[in-house]
Amino acid sequence: MLRDEDRIFTNLYGWDDWRLDGAKRRGVWDNTKALIELGRDKIIDEVKRSNLRGRGGAGFPTGMKWSFMPKEEKPGKPSYLVINADESEPGTCKDRDILRFDPHRLIEGALLSSFAMGAHACYIYIRGEFYNEASNINQAIAEAYEAGLVGKNACGSGWDFDIYLHRGAGAYICGEETALLESLEGKKGQPRNKPPFPAGAGLYACPTTVNNVETIAVVPSILRRGAEWFASFGRDKNSGTKLFCISGHVNQPCNVEEAMSIPLRELLEAHAGGVRGGWDNLLGVLPGGSSTPVIPKDVCDDVLMDFDGLREAKSALGTAGVIVMDKSTDIIYAIARLSWFYTHESCGQCTPCREGTGWIHRVMKRMVKGNASPDEIDMLLEVTKEIEGHTICAHGDASAWPIQGLIRHFRPEMEKRIRDYRDAAHAGRPVPQAAE
Amino acid sequence: MSFGHAAPREMQPDSFAFTKENLEKAQQVIAKYPPGRQQSAVMALLDLAQRQHDNWLPTVAMDYVADLLEMPRIRVYEVATFYTMYHLAPVGKWHLQVCTTTPCWLRGSDEVMRAIKDKTGLGGHSRHCHGAKRDEFTCEEVECLGACVNAPMLQVNDDYYEDLDYERTCQLIDALKAGKPPQVGSMTGRQGSQAQAGSTSLQHVRKQLEEAAKQRAAAKPADTAPAKAEGSAEQPAAKAKPKAKGADAPATGTSDPDDSPVKTKARANKTGEAQEKGKPADAPEDPNPADVPSHPPKSGD
Repeated sequence: MLRDEDRIFTNLYGWDDWRLDGAKRRGVWDNTKALIELGRDKIIDEVKRSNLRGRGGAGFPTGMKWSFMPKEEKPGKPSYLVINADESEPGTCKDRDILRFDPHRLIEGALLSSFAMGAHACYIYIRGEFYNEASNINQAIAEAYEAGLVGKNACGSGWDFDIYLHRGAGAYICGEETALLESLEGKKGQPRNKPPFPAGAGLYACPTTVNNVETIAVVPSILRRGAEWFASFGRDKNSGTKLFCISGHVNQPCNVEEAMSIPLRELLEAHAGGVRGGWDNLLGVLPGGSSTPVIPKDVCDDVLMDFDGLREAKSALGTAGVIVMDKSTDIIYAIARLSWFYTHESCGQCTPCREGTGWIHRVMKRMVKGNASPDEIDMLLEVTKEIEGHTICAHGDASAWPIQGLIRHFRPEMEKRIRDYRDAAHAGRPVPQAAE
Repeated sequence: MSFGHAAPREMQPDSFAFTKENLEKAQQVIAKYPPGRQQSAVMALLDLAQRQHDNWLPTVAMDYVADLLEMPRIRVYEVATFYTMYHLAPVGKWHLQVCTTTPCWLRGSDEVMRAIKDKTGLGGHSRHCHGAKRDEFTCEEVECLGACVNAPMLQVNDDYYEDLDYERTCQLIDALKAGKPPQVGSMTGRQGSQAQAGSTSLQHVRKQLEEAAKQRAAAKPADTAPAKAEGSAEQPAAKAKPKAKGADAPATGTSDPDDSPVKTKARANKTGEAQEKGKPADAPEDPNPADVPSHPPKSGD
């Protein structure tokens, strides 16, 4: 278990004052000037050596992402840092706690990261529903300006830095980086084709890096305590500490900061009071938010919670939103509900996703009842493969994966549901039904 | 997927304009973006307009925002229909948004829906008022609100109420009916997203905080406690007004860092007092989210 001294988010539960005074007591803004004086290359190098990978779901190495930003600013093309606080992935509520209880840690991280990539301005894009969280961030920004920590000559370092908050208005898709940029420009949040990547042409067609809240908030600690310290947690290439959100059928749902590569079972039993009804009552887990395929109990027994461990288990770490389901769960309904989520949140731009998510949802609704033919399970799988990889952004993939996970591990359950429905109907041959 | 449909013609007002105060706020928001990029402000301005207009957006308000930002009107309609938080038809005084996505469903969001049905007669698709008079409640099922660890939960106007079950949802609705919304956040008194039974981590932080609070309590006479009690009792009363009035939403009027420090101080004092009581850890309210409405930026001017 991670030692308390090694935890970065010491106000995760809001016990202490979240304002500037409290933040300073926790070591935020402690001689930030000296960290800036390390220089751009040194900061990026430290972040690279720390093996920090993006905490928003994709797990792209952060230092490498920063190094794509242009070294010299072209006239009329300023660089931007955009912080993705549009946390909407079902099962995930880690960024919310940083935003409301430790906003200064994020703002300090924003200053250091922006400096490292040569950006004088940073926008925080927060989901619209986080009204009270936005209010905290706003007031923290005002405090930081007042204290000269950001603004002209931020922290006395000679670097000018402005930070702004932008509220969204309720669209999951705006968590996708290019959709977020569209939304920030005042348009519908529809993802852009890549390339060009944001580092080449992002916000207002200027070089932009989009990072998750948690990624940015750990940067000051990495610089203070050293890349080796951060890299010492977890397995190689999966290092660092991570906020896990444990929800669903556990005795004590909670958020907790733990070392990467912790075994799933240890995570649930040490912090969340174990699975409701004991470990043997476990049915399956969505290990990284709703987009990641479900893993059944036998995989959960010894899987490690990191990017590579879960990829080997044909799932993903995603945002580390661990959704636990015990044996009382109607797993088919649980996944069908997610398919409605993806239908609802599809931006409507690409045909496979716009039409496919709705089609999947309608078939899944019948699967919940069992009002389907066993062949349709294969058809469903086939359709998810047709959506996956054929859309501009990963929303199509994300809608396909939970279904694929369900069929991979719980196909017998689906077939049994269909048999039961037929037995109950008991009225000769089932009537074929079109999905529409 | 867009779900927005404009309200029928007979509900639409003839004109809309920002109040002087909101117009100033709008200018501050526009100033956050580079010159010529004022379109970026459209979301914040629509939100501001909605708050000024009983929490829904008539077509004339969209036109007004379009003209203000020198945008084609269709671009504003696109935005207003794309995002789910813009209400294009009237909603109730208390707009209940129940999360029913899988993590909340696993923890019993069906029970929350049942409580709402029993108490108000509303189902998950009653998102708009239909009569000429504004309803007290409207209800919609929404997708994940990002508080999964505190599931099930529902959002009332701007505020999250967490850790619900059938009973607690009934209590919440009764309180809303009486015009006295309870403390925002967990309905079980649980703090933030720590485990209900107590946190398994950060014990050294808790000890430090408790010691610091003890020292402060010892250093000062005990007469600060009544002041704190009074303050927290006032809080729900101050919140009685539905927040749609919150055209002064702190979040939208922000780019001006000058007006906030005043309210910052007011709130910081409150926090200090809460700690002087010597129980920062298990005080039911955390200092932050709840008291936002009682300190809108306006009060700082």
